Amino acid sequence: MAITMTPAASDHVSKYLKTRGHGFGVRLGVRTSGCSGMAYVLEFVDDIQDEDQVFESDGVNVVIDPKSLLYLDGTELDFVKEGLNEGFKFNNPNVKNECGCGESFNI
Amino acid sequence: MALLQIAEPGQSPEPHKRKLAVGIDLGTTNSLVAAVRSGESTTLPDEGGSHLLPSVVRYTEQGVVVGQAALSKASVDPFNTIVSVKRLMGRGVDDLKGLEGEAVYRFAERDGGMPYLQTVAGDKSPVEVSAEILRTLKSRARASLEGELEGAVITVPAYFDDAQRQATKDAAQLAGIRVLRLLNEPTAAAVAYGLDKAAEGVIAVFDLGGGTFDISILRLNKGVFEVLATGGDSALGGDDFDLALARWFLDQLGGKEVIAGESRYLTEKARWVKEKLTDNQSVVVDLDHAGQKISLTVSRELFDGLVEPLVGKTIRACRRALKDAAISIEEVQDVVMVGGSTRVPVVRERVEQFYGRAPRIDIDPDRVVAVGAAIQADVLAGNKPDSEMLLLDVLPLSLGLETMGGLAEKVIHRNTSIPVARAQEFTTYQDGQTAMMIHVVQGERELVEDCRSLAQFVLRGIPPMAAGAAKIRVAFQVDADGLLGVSAKELSTGVESEIQVKPSYGLGDNEIAEMLKASYSFAEDDMQLRHLREQQVEADRLLLSLEQAIQADGEVLLSGEEVEHLREQMAILQVLRNGSDAAAIESGVKILSQASDFFAARRMDQSIKNALKGHSIQEIEGDS
Repeated sequence: MAITMTPAASDHVSKYLKTRGHGFGVRLGVRTSGCSGMAYVLEFVDDIQDEDQVFESDGVNVVIDPKSLLYLDGTELDFVKEGLNEGFKFNNPNVKNECGCGESFNI
Repeated sequence: MALLQIAEPGQSPEPHKRKLAVGIDLGTTNSLVAAVRSGESTTLPDEGGSHLLPSVVRYTEQGVVVGQAALSKASVDPFNTIVSVKRLMGRGVDDLKGLEGEAVYRFAERDGGMPYLQTVAGDKSPVEVSAEILRTLKSRARASLEGELEGAVITVPAYFDDAQRQATKDAAQLAGIRVLRLLNEPTAAAVAYGLDKAAEGVIAVFDLGGGTFDISILRLNKGVFEVLATGGDSALGGDDFDLALARWFLDQLGGKEVIAGESRYLTEKARWVKEKLTDNQSVVVDLDHAGQKISLTVSRELFDGLVEPLVGKTIRACRRALKDAAISIEEVQDVVMVGGSTRVPVVRERVEQFYGRAPRIDIDPDRVVAVGAAIQADVLAGNKPDSEMLLLDVLPLSLGLETMGGLAEKVIHRNTSIPVARAQEFTTYQDGQTAMMIHVVQGERELVEDCRSLAQFVLRGIPPMAAGAAKIRVAFQVDADGLLGVSAKELSTGVESEIQVKPSYGLGDNEIAEMLKASYSFAEDDMQLRHLREQQVEADRLLLSLEQAIQADGEVLLSGEEVEHLREQMAILQVLRNGSDAAAIESGVKILSQASDFFAARRMDQSIKNALKGHSIQEIEGDS
């Protein structure tokens, strides 16, 4: 089981962590909500929990809880620009359907 | 799919419920929009990759053009191309007389004091023109953030008065932007550098833009930025540096006749040289003049010498601002550079030399204000944990109202942190007075005529009572944007009247600074004037009540001789009252009130007799 990041994503995460001034890494997760069942969580991490799993990608810590990992296994976090918009994108192989906006999904 | 940003721990938004908020720097020359994404505040570029939007609006028969495309037509279509509209915000037609020569526009005759600009698309107010700039920034933000905006923090100069702030808010509303807060530009710059995180300190913000120069001294105390002093020059900026160099070019070309369009060509070349000199010790420039090609070398020393008088002006303004703020140079803990012209090395050197410390230049000086505004917007929209303190601002000038004798009674003093509400009780001046004029003024001087009039309204329906018996509570309320509401209430009947201060025009840039300065230099005169007015009011009150008493009871209670004597004394006081010797009026009042004491005593006796007339002893004892 693993989570990975593209170089663009790890570059941006480490830049944002530096701007923020503190933080252990970035947390990926899912929670139930949204129009299509599940929603992604993307947050800075200050405290890691005992059950958390930590992956390292280009020197950046990626933290995930075991329940979320079931839904996100094999996910690659990418950073993309679309027109004027830019941000992170979950390339999640487990997704079967996602809502039109892509902010929530189910498997 | 929607692109995600990294949230603070536990602050991940629900899908479709992201709270998007931006910071907007609505500048005289350029405007910017910034947002916090993944914890980082950055300005948002347009499709062409440029962050700065020239604050220029051009009206055509086909529609409205904003930004670079409008700017490039400024010289061919000057009447329909509005530049530097910020200078007109919140100004009245009368205020614009000082701008002659600067403003080339045709103003339409309208009622209500607000100037309207005549364009092919009809008459436009400065508020409408600013709204076009804001609308352009809003659509850029929506495209960049992919979603509807929750709101925006818009920055304004620290010296902006109520009218100018209200005009800015109106422009935002017209553009469909919810204003989370208006924030002072120097405060925003300090926030961008995280200086609000410190417990306390004094900060100087040096803002040298294309056409304006502002220096602000801020004091941070428990999360509140207080503006200690502002100063500057509304007609000094990087454009003047270009002109100084262009003039030198002309001298080198032998001072020949300037061909039409050449001065523009030379200033553009000068600007190019100026920018090159930021990273180079000397620059070679080729000039085409009257068919000849001339090559000139400009060294940094030469350039520094040419702009020295201009830089010297800014440093003198810095010194004055410190003096106004009553702060010594050693007390200044941080110096923040704002505005593109602070890239010029000699400006940085002189500022560093003056304050004795290296100024902050890490954040792009063109963008630092927008960056700070976005940080504040992010907090206000609720994307940060509650522990993040909300930044407060302060009132730039005192607010008060007019009392008898044309005196300004301050209700909320300047530098009070806002939002704030204060109330004060006033009373009636004359017997039987049933209405009261509430005249709201802003400024530091003692006399109303020296302050800025903001609004007037009348409280009616006060029950007729003796002078001084009515209690009228006047409440001032200033919201977080520095906008004022005033209400007046007569306490025995509960009649109430209120006004939202929304004046149609405002004070000029330098006027506020001047008003502040004047309040210090005229302090002595003002104190004496106030004393004089107070004594005059006292004399008027005594003369009026004595006159009323003689009319009412003079025939019954006074002999002809006594009336004559009182009239003589009253005439003496009237003469003194019309003079300007406060001490003489004061003693005159004393003499007259002593001279009329016996009359007052007789009236008192009589009114007691009247009250007792027709009542039996038992009734009276039963009452007590």
